[in-house]
Amino acid sequence: MSAAITFKPARKPAFRADKQTHLSDQERVDAAITQFLKDTDFVTATYMESCIHCGLCAEVCHFYEQTGDPQYTPIWKLEPFKQVYKREAGPFSFIYKALNLKRKLSSDELAQWQHLLYDSCTVCGRCSMVCPMGIDIATLISKARHGMFQAGLVPEDLWQMAKRAQDEGSPLGVTPEMLKATIQGVEKEYGLNIPLDRDEAEVLLSLSSIDIINYPHALSDIAKVMNQLGYTWTLRSDGYEASNYGLLTDSEAWQKATSQKLINAAIACKATTVVIPECGHGYNAFRWQAANLHGQALPFRILHITELMAEGIRTGKLRVNPVNESVTFHDPCQSARRGGATEAPRTVLAALGVELHEMPTAGDLNWCCGGGGGVMHIQRADELRYQAFEIKMQQVEQSGAEKLYTSCSDCRKNFDDCAEHFDWDKQPNSLLQLVAENLVEA
Amino acid sequence: MELLNFARGPALQWSLAIFIFGITWRLVGVAVLNWPKELSTPRNGNPLLGALRMMAMRSWPHKEFLPKTWYSEVMGYTFHIGFFAVFLLFVPHIIFIEALTGLSWPGLTERIIYFLSLITLFALVAVLIRRLTHPVLRMLSNFDDYMSWFMTISPIITGLLVTSHVGLGYETLLAIHILNIDLLLLWFPFSKLMHAFFIWSCRGLTGAAFTRKGIPAQ
Ligand code: SF4
Ligand code: SF4
Repeated sequence: MSAAITFKPARKPAFRADKQTHLSDQERVDAAITQFLKDTDFVTATYMESCIHCGLCAEVCHFYEQTGDPQYTPIWKLEPFKQVYKREAGPFSFIYKALNLKRKLSSDELAQWQHLLYDSCTVCGRCSMVCPMGIDIATLISKARHGMFQAGLVPEDLWQMAKRAQDEGSPLGVTPEMLKATIQGVEKEYGLNIPLDRDEAEVLLSLSSIDIINYPHALSDIAKVMNQLGYTWTLRSDGYEASNYGLLTDSEAWQKATSQKLINAAIACKATTVVIPECGHGYNAFRWQAANLHGQALPFRILHITELMAEGIRTGKLRVNPVNESVTFHDPCQSARRGGATEAPRTVLAALGVELHEMPTAGDLNWCCGGGGGVMHIQRADELRYQAFEIKMQQVEQSGAEKLYTSCSDCRKNFDDCAEHFDWDKQPNSLLQLVAENLVEA
Repeated sequence: MELLNFARGPALQWSLAIFIFGITWRLVGVAVLNWPKELSTPRNGNPLLGALRMMAMRSWPHKEFLPKTWYSEVMGYTFHIGFFAVFLLFVPHIIFIEALTGLSWPGLTERIIYFLSLITLFALVAVLIRRLTHPVLRMLSNFDDYMSWFMTISPIITGLLVTSHVGLGYETLLAIHILNIDLLLLWFPFSKLMHAFFIWSCRGLTGAAFTRKGIPAQ
């Protein structure tokens, strides 16, 4: 299905770009240009017009911070998109084109940018917080990736996972049968009741494949919390996957297909709330992007499990025992800085009465763990990812806390992998699990 | 005298016309593109207030970022404030603007303006040195960056020459200074100097989008 091309970019040693589909080089360029132009609206154009080349975005990106390599400057990652915008769509495009002030996009350039748009960007949005012009660079990165996907220029390992999610409904092969078996196993082991395929429920719960495969405890934790909250709730075998690899590869069609299953399942069981588990990108995909892809507003609200727990604490439905621990919290970029749910985990931690030691840069300005945006699944990016993670390790150490919590299983998986790589003694724990283990018995 | 008349006569008129037409063209060219619709359910914040908040607050750097950004911020503020103070508060400029528009306001003494011009000059040279030496800035920079820098610094230099009566005769120097402004006006709509306008729409859009999502607009 895929092949690789080798080329020599101007500034860097040769980089082998992965290619999908059987398009010719020219067809790839055309596909990318068509998609870039499709994504060019008033907001994108305003961003494209605004950059003053001040370079400040580089200073806050973990990939530039750790490597000092200017190619990792956030706005530079958008160069092909910018080039196409200026030449084809901007107000002075006729001048740019007539005088060839912006070159035609070449297939080599496009392929070279695969490394910049995927391997070295977690779409964490930290750069969007510093830009003096207010450009939301991370949003542009996602749009540029749309073009890369259309051109069949996605890192192969990430693409394979997304393809599997598209074909089988889960990036890790969690089929409805496997889900059923997992539920039965958890019910038996923990003596819990986990409703599946109810026709009617107030809350539709979704799960992440990463949880099911890597952190199976999460299912029992979430069931305990749901049971104490007292809502009628269900999982549905026709829509359960919260992780969205369509978003990670930035294929709009695949992203929509994944979201649509959850939307249909929620409508089928007349849910008024859909709960996303500890999955940052899954939350961002469903909370903020699903309605747009669906084409109309959704008839239910969408909450991250941390938001649901915070709400339960505020309304008194969820009661927790005090926990005597010294902890720090890693904000998953996609639910916090990009998703707006930064306060919820702190509400939960306050209710637990833990001794919270924030990292030097926490909350909306936190440092990314380096594994988001699909980077964790791109093997050739491992070294870069480990470098980025060093900042996170320092931050955790500087907090002085004994234990580390987070609320994203992608982040946890990256922490686990990096901790092993660095032989680091800190383990990322689940905030959901901490709550589940400390519920006040009814 | 002929050169001076040309500079403040037809040259100024044409540059002003292109300045206004070019700015309008560029702003409208962006505004006529598709305005995306947001269908997700917003949080409680008011997006309009978020837009205004971001417009104001992005000028105030996050303290977490300052160790990395202070140099650019300080130099950026210095030359922007210096440039506008000299442009708007130098008495001969006010008289010139009054002749064009009928509007007038009090100015600063020549000594203070001279001092401000020197500081602005210093800050502009400092940002150029940084642009030429910092690997990120060197990579990002294009003709527009250097030309816009030149268009910003040259009126300050020619202005200083006029007030110091150095070199050529006063009228010739004044004519060169005004021609300099004419060029700046001509260049403005096609260049990054347009950020004077885009900064507001850009911050506003992001501020509104952030507020919908519950992300602090700052
Ligand atoms: S989104 Fe994050 S990783 Fe990507 S360029 Fe910006 S700061 Fe760097
Ligand atoms: S911080 Fe903003 S204005 Fe400055 S280079 Fe980056 S994108 Fe451009």
